[in-house]
Amino acid sequence: MSKEFIVTICDGTSCIQKGNAAIRKALEQQLKDRNLTGNVRITLSGCLGMCEKGPIMVINPGYTIYGNVTVNDIPEIVEEHLIKNRPLARLAIQEDHLYNRFFRVFGDAKFFGKQMRIALRNCGIIDPDNIDDYLALRGYEALAKVLTDMTPKQVIEEVKLSGLRGRGGAGFPTGVKWQLTARAGSPNSPRSASDEKYVICNADEGDPGAFMDRSAIEGDPHTVLEGMIIGGYAIGAKQGIVYIRAEYPLAVHRLQKAIADAREHGFLGKNILGSDFSFNIDIRLGAGAFVCGEETALIRSIEGGRGMPRPRPPYPSVEGLFGKPTLINNVETWANIPVVILDSGKWFSSIGTEKSKGTKVFALAGKVVNTGLIEVPMGTTLREIVYDIGGGIPDNKEFKAVQTGGPSGGCLPAKYLDTPVDYESLAQAGSIMGSGGMIVVDQDSCMVDIAKFFLEFTQNESCGKCTPCREGTKRMLDILIKITEGKGEMYDIENLERLGNMIKKASLCGLGQSAPNPVLSTILNFREEYIEHVKDKKCRAGVCKQLLTYEINDKCVGCGVCKRNCPVTAITGSVKAKHTIDQNKCIKCGVCFTKCKFDAITKQ
Amino acid sequence: MDDKITITINGKPYRVDPDQTIMEAADNCGYHIPRLCYHPKLSIEGACRVCIVEVEGFKNYLASCAYPLFEGMKIHTNTKDLRQARRDIVELLLDNHPEDCHVCERDGNCELQRLAYAMGIRHRHFAGERKHYSKDLSSTSVIRDPDKCILCGRCVRMCSEIQGVNALGQAGRGFNTVVMPAYDMPFADSVCTTCGQCINVCPTASFVEKNYTQELFVKLNDDSLVKVAQIAPSVRAAIGEGFGLPPGRNMEGQTVAALRKLGFNYVFDTQFSADLTIVEEASEFLERVQEKGKLPMITSCSSAWMKYMEQFYPDLIENISTCKSPMSMGSAIIKTHFADQIKVDPKNIVSVAIMCCTAKKYEAQRPELMVNGMQTTDIVAVTREIVWMIKSAGIDFLNIAPENFDSPLGLSSGAGTIFGVTGGVMEAALRTAYELYTGETLVDIELSSIRGFDGIKVGNITMDGKEIRVAVANGLGNAHNLLEIIRKEPDRYHFVEIMGCPGGCIGGGGQPYAAANSIPLDTECLKARAEALYSNDRQKTIRRSHDNPEIQRLYKEFLGRPLSEKAHELLHTHYMPHEPRGIASRKIRAM
Repeated sequence: MSKEFIVTICDGTSCIQKGNAAIRKALEQQLKDRNLTGNVRITLSGCLGMCEKGPIMVINPGYTIYGNVTVNDIPEIVEEHLIKNRPLARLAIQEDHLYNRFFRVFGDAKFFGKQMRIALRNCGIIDPDNIDDYLALRGYEALAKVLTDMTPKQVIEEVKLSGLRGRGGAGFPTGVKWQLTARAGSPNSPRSASDEKYVICNADEGDPGAFMDRSAIEGDPHTVLEGMIIGGYAIGAKQGIVYIRAEYPLAVHRLQKAIADAREHGFLGKNILGSDFSFNIDIRLGAGAFVCGEETALIRSIEGGRGMPRPRPPYPSVEGLFGKPTLINNVETWANIPVVILDSGKWFSSIGTEKSKGTKVFALAGKVVNTGLIEVPMGTTLREIVYDIGGGIPDNKEFKAVQTGGPSGGCLPAKYLDTPVDYESLAQAGSIMGSGGMIVVDQDSCMVDIAKFFLEFTQNESCGKCTPCREGTKRMLDILIKITEGKGEMYDIENLERLGNMIKKASLCGLGQSAPNPVLSTILNFREEYIEHVKDKKCRAGVCKQLLTYEINDKCVGCGVCKRNCPVTAITGSVKAKHTIDQNKCIKCGVCFTKCKFDAITKQ
Repeated sequence: MDDKITITINGKPYRVDPDQTIMEAADNCGYHIPRLCYHPKLSIEGACRVCIVEVEGFKNYLASCAYPLFEGMKIHTNTKDLRQARRDIVELLLDNHPEDCHVCERDGNCELQRLAYAMGIRHRHFAGERKHYSKDLSSTSVIRDPDKCILCGRCVRMCSEIQGVNALGQAGRGFNTVVMPAYDMPFADSVCTTCGQCINVCPTASFVEKNYTQELFVKLNDDSLVKVAQIAPSVRAAIGEGFGLPPGRNMEGQTVAALRKLGFNYVFDTQFSADLTIVEEASEFLERVQEKGKLPMITSCSSAWMKYMEQFYPDLIENISTCKSPMSMGSAIIKTHFADQIKVDPKNIVSVAIMCCTAKKYEAQRPELMVNGMQTTDIVAVTREIVWMIKSAGIDFLNIAPENFDSPLGLSSGAGTIFGVTGGVMEAALRTAYELYTGETLVDIELSSIRGFDGIKVGNITMDGKEIRVAVANGLGNAHNLLEIIRKEPDRYHFVEIMGCPGGCIGGGGQPYAAANSIPLDTECLKARAEALYSNDRQKTIRRSHDNPEIQRLYKEFLGRPLSEKAHELLHTHYMPHEPRGIASRKIRAM
């Protein structure tokens, strides 16, 4: 035993849930037992994104990634890999070649093959709680460069050159936003002449199933801070605020630690790195309202009011927090900034499509083999994401649709699989980029039910301020419930479209303006399913309970189990004779179907 | 140099001022864009989305109340799609609103009803589940009915931005959003000052006054009782609006006649007791000046202000004049001296105050105002209630022959009249105080510096070489601003008038609803009501309270002199700190 190893255990929320602590303990014990403690260093890292295969362990040198590690695997890993230096093929996630600039370190895992990690470049590599790890990978170098070599104007020009657009969903050019905020308050600006300005990081990630921002902060909090400090320098602000939901305790904790460490190292506070520039960052916890991801609602919430959006203009860049010019960007946007500065805006703009530059992080979820967090260059097709990175649909089921953009995005069917992922193409296809939720749907899902699910979410999360969103989404939901219960009429589909189009165009904020998307896009792409629900009273996926019929076929032996278990005594029949179900009494609970041992109950 | 810009509205070009919203420009160009949550005196909410317009180059509709103009803007206010969208938005409001117009308090006066008609909603597409909450009947003055609320947020903004009370806020999300006091506590336990401004701005009947008309009709039909009414100054200046007249008609004589027709045995004038208040208050002020009492002295006739002060400024209690309001002084005299005069047991007298004010309903029930264990004002009916009663009783108000008040509480000076306008109490008090202090008659009695509708007005007057500095605030939000100055600089003013409602009593929470083509609390309307009172003052020969012969007679026969023991017993009161549940205790706030 001569070699020394670094074993990195993923410490993201998913791996924590899957028991990484026990694995770490077992490893420590093994090392102690075999007297290897001095040779092997154990570190923790943020989320790698391969959540499906967690718990994840990475052993260096060699960049071997182990997935689905259990406590029982530890002795073998120690014996084979750490002592005999023979990586375990059984647990290793290694397939073909990786050509990713940032993730060369992770060997040839197919999962990373089409990925490109800029915002998440350090996630999974560094220990997020250790500022030295971040510094070792050129951390805060961009800040040093900005403070010593660049004027605020040059910083803004570099960001503009990069073509970076807001990753929160709307895709507004980041450099332009910075420029507007930098100009606001100057003597030339018509409005509020104020030297006080704010920088806000929007980490109020509210989409169901999305965890891009959480993982980014958990895995690499310093890059977000560095981005914000650079933003503060560029626009002339002294105070930054991270607005993050209280439901992300680990991210909040790591952020607090990172802020304290950064302050200790002189990256935050007075006269940063000996310059004239001073900047501080505070954390504000949100109470988990989806609408507080909307910038004016978020600002209102920080001010202590009820999180409700207000009409724009004035935009926050002119009148934001406490009426002062405010630069507000999403976590992912901030995480890109140090790279834009270090590797140049020109390099950044070489990635992606004509109008959408760089990469985008997605939370891949739903009916796909590899669920998890991915980062791909703009322009990657949905097919590449679903099949190459996601590994396709499990259980040989058929792909039905992919829903992008979170609860207010649209559902795209198979014919859109070759759509490149960028702001314009997704919008053209009838969906949105959103903040990066991506949910894959297979043949077992009912598109009406999916639309209902998402609308239920947005309806619940509507702030209640404007009429179209508050009342309109409720009426749309009423109609969808009616249709899934088999009580729909053909005019209901027209009313859904009429309301949906009105709500999109008339609502006050982005929540309402996008809330009808799941409904409108499913009507557009899966109209026949709606018609089946309404006219034939059928749900082809068998999801809408009220539309199912249970019947007893000739396999029935008359055992009476179904009859005894039926909660509403809808089943009749004498012993050893075929039973029947009274369809008027049946409540479609499905108990007979699950209890029958003879496959004698058919569900249609 | 012409700094206007060119825009087009519905294809027609207009040269307009650039610093406007689309709605303002459209108004000036003769297009009235439908609207609901918008109110010119409140902040822009942009919530109802009724005022949406199409602007070329924009994917979405824009809220015209909020969006600023730019050069070359091409606006469309009435396209086919827009008409349908607006219609659907108003229908969505109706779909979640009780369809009980024909039994609703605001039938015929409801902005939603008018809007639904104007939008052409003749049948319904989207009706479904409706919200249902119980009414809050706890308050003495204001009833809250969330079922009728369309969440325009005017009440919330009025209560916080104009009144500074913050009794109301939105709670809940999405379809379950509802306007309520903190922690959904009963109105009666909240910080609500009962000013009734939420009623004034509510487009529907989500806020209405607590109605005593049925009770009053019963009493009016009871022959064993002596029914005595008194009418506040502002009622006569606004009551005509309830019958379709333009604002600013003084309907004093018609109101007196109508009340007699309704069955009142005596109709008195609160302006008489306003004169009484002035004599007492001016005397109290001079006493404080001469005997180095607590200054500035702050007026006490606005009931909402009383509750506000006890809740938020208990440290100023010693500064508040101990004088009761004119209503309560009048009622005290009615139940004592007047009862003796007509030889009736005061228990058999029903003392009814016809007021412009919902807070007077609260004031009437304050235990501090009891005389000999009796509540002196039995029923307070606001202008709207009386308008309804007159209509309901089939009295031809507009063509009725005017009648005079009864004696002895019927004659009033011009000073008593102007009580109803912000600054009026101060002006009236100074007319008397000057003469009592200097022994000379004040010649120039119209104090223009404290007239008008500015939130805070200041002025001064020199009495025998002594400069008396005065300040006047109307609306509780302005009161707050003025009181913060006074807290910091207690010596800055000697005498301060505060009225709880914008414009003073003429803008009270019980006044007739805005006409169909108008908006609530329209400044022009308030100005017209004020002018009705000021011109009445000018027409009177007696313009100083202490010159009122009936007042002089009352002191001679009954009270003795101002601030006498009798006067103190009947006409003065006291205040106590009052901390409603649900607001952070002062200790916490101080931390």
